[in-house]
Amino acid sequence: MISPNFPAVNKQTSRKPLISSLLSLLFMGLGQLYNRQFAKGLLMVIFEAYILIFWSSPIAKGIWGLVTLGEQVQVRSRGRIVEQGDHSIFLLVEGIIFLLALILLICFYIFSIGDAYKVRKGIEAGIPANDAKQSIKFAWERGYVYFLLAPAIIFTMFLTVLPLLFGILIAFTNYSGPNHLPPKHLVDWVGFKTFTNLFSLTNWSNTFFGVIKWTLLWAVLATATTYFTGLFYSLIINVKAIKFKKMWRTIYILPWAIPAFISILIFRNFFNAEFGPLNEYLGLIGIDKIPWLGDPFWAKVALVFVNTWLGFPFWLALMSGVLTNIDRDLYEAAEIDGASSWQRFQSITLPLVLFATAPLLIMSFAGNLNNFNIIYLFTEGGPVNMDYSFAGSTDILISWIFKLTLQQNQFNTASAVSILVFIIIAVFSIWNFRQTRAFKEEDMIQ
Amino acid sequence: MKTQPNSTTAAASKSPFGQLIKQKLLLFIIYAILIITAIAVLYPVIWIILGSFNPGDTINATTYLPESLTIKHYVNLFNTTNYLIWYKNTLFVAVMNMILSTVLVVSAAYAFSRFRFPGRKQGLMVMLVLQMFPSFMGMIAIYILLLQLNLLDNLWGLILVYAGGSIPFGTWLVKGYFDGLPRSLEEAAKIDGASHTTIFVRIMMPLSVPMFTFIAVNNFIGPWMDFIFARLVILSDRNKTLAIGLFEMITGRTNNDFTTFAAGAVLVAIPITLLFLMLQKYIIEGLKAGANKG
Repeated sequence: MISPNFPAVNKQTSRKPLISSLLSLLFMGLGQLYNRQFAKGLLMVIFEAYILIFWSSPIAKGIWGLVTLGEQVQVRSRGRIVEQGDHSIFLLVEGIIFLLALILLICFYIFSIGDAYKVRKGIEAGIPANDAKQSIKFAWERGYVYFLLAPAIIFTMFLTVLPLLFGILIAFTNYSGPNHLPPKHLVDWVGFKTFTNLFSLTNWSNTFFGVIKWTLLWAVLATATTYFTGLFYSLIINVKAIKFKKMWRTIYILPWAIPAFISILIFRNFFNAEFGPLNEYLGLIGIDKIPWLGDPFWAKVALVFVNTWLGFPFWLALMSGVLTNIDRDLYEAAEIDGASSWQRFQSITLPLVLFATAPLLIMSFAGNLNNFNIIYLFTEGGPVNMDYSFAGSTDILISWIFKLTLQQNQFNTASAVSILVFIIIAVFSIWNFRQTRAFKEEDMIQ
Repeated sequence: MKTQPNSTTAAASKSPFGQLIKQKLLLFIIYAILIITAIAVLYPVIWIILGSFNPGDTINATTYLPESLTIKHYVNLFNTTNYLIWYKNTLFVAVMNMILSTVLVVSAAYAFSRFRFPGRKQGLMVMLVLQMFPSFMGMIAIYILLLQLNLLDNLWGLILVYAGGSIPFGTWLVKGYFDGLPRSLEEAAKIDGASHTTIFVRIMMPLSVPMFTFIAVNNFIGPWMDFIFARLVILSDRNKTLAIGLFEMITGRTNNDFTTFAAGAVLVAIPITLLFLMLQKYIIEGLKAGANKG
């Protein structure tokens, strides 16, 4: 944009934007002062000075902690703590916080440099810089969105991003019992050793592959049984001659409506081998007591059964909705063409139901991979498996991770397994996502 | 119902009588299946309700129909355990989490849906990736963080953890819903000089009642069910939520508390179940939307 009033100025001072951004690079706010935005520039100068004076040494210490994870081992003599020593895990968490803060600061710094450059460029082109009042108004308009986002960002930063970063980093340390637990001991970075151990040490790899196999089998079984049971009941309730459709649907939705942890705990007692009613009933018809929760095979059968009980109502409700929305004309047309009822089912009902439920099917599969509640509340991963390290026969990856973390202090292995679980889930989700194309459509709404 | 691919269209049959018998038989089988399933579905419910009124204390006493009914387990529940306190705790956490999560999720979703700003695409991507991590991967860090903030064994600590966890998925869900709302109304309001806040309160909110209901209900019900984080954050008996309290009642070696557990379970299940049944329409719609929007 050429402003006819100041052609000469324009030519002479083409290096000024660069100067103002260099000044800002030197010290935050200098560029703004140079641009005669005094209030803004002064605030920035004060801000950087404040950070430098009060925060540079904590930040430096935080980064030091992150890199070294502490150097001073706790010293004890005769059971008393002589020297407190460094707590590696606290240092790690603090280090991440300071690292995140530093990144935010750097972003702000870069923004200030860019701002100085842009404002100067504007001045050169004849647009006067905003004064303080205008700046505030402008910031409020442009910043409204950040004002909306700020709470969510802060929450996500501290309660999701920070813990996850920590969780990921733990996989590359030796943070585990009994020899590397702070505050008694220090923790060190060990690179990929945890991962290689997971695959090469037999006690770990046995457990890992065994648990993975059951996890995948479980996810497939759990998804398939609930899905097809739901489909079956939605179809038979939908048969025209069946009466009280609403009543059946209401009864069948109960298992979904009742809090799952209560149902699971009830079933845990129902399947109790000694006192549970199921074995009692089986006894009445002459079947010996089955060790439901004491035998790996029967425990798995019971799990799948309970999960079907809990899960089919969801599909039933969903598919009933789909079925009532299918256009009746389709069936009439098919009938005129002489299609048998099986053919009509196969080529109209089934594809439409599958199409409508496919995205949820994938989501449900991913959910079952991580279905911690049912495993932990129903069997607690049991029965005991002698070949496994810290896992029982019905443990899936996620419940194994839970045990490794909260009960066995094997934090590094737990975290390595979590990363692998994440990779599996991420592959599924991304695939699902590309199918639904939500992200591509996303930009069409502009 | 409109569709019935399996039966009842007897039009093209050879012998009408044989067809009729076949149909009756089929119907009979279907009803039999429906009734048996209904029993299977209702059995645990009835068992636990009867159990809670049964004079005995252990599971085997509750196996058969009781001869007399008693409310002593309910009395027990209130006199010998902290059940009432757990109930209050859970209700408090649930309500607070519902309010906090809904505010956080809706404001973030509104920003992502209606504003274009630097970092928007990256922000959405980050949210998408975050919800794929197993939720308790960050458990240790959350524990340390709450310890430092003095929020361990504190209900507010638990509320913060739940609210933080609900953001990534919820934001995507609500953003998707907002994207689907027409913009013409807002634009008209903007021309009339309405502020962002006014537009949001007057136009977006009334249009989004179903989605708001889903988010609110989800976050209200969540704390009643959650076991993992409550176990992590809560240490003392006074601060327990119902899920932990009831779990511990029943996982002891003796199983002596079974009937007390039954009474406690009934009192939790009734309100939650009713709430769910009343709002199931929204819940199903919300889940469908969630699957389609990633």
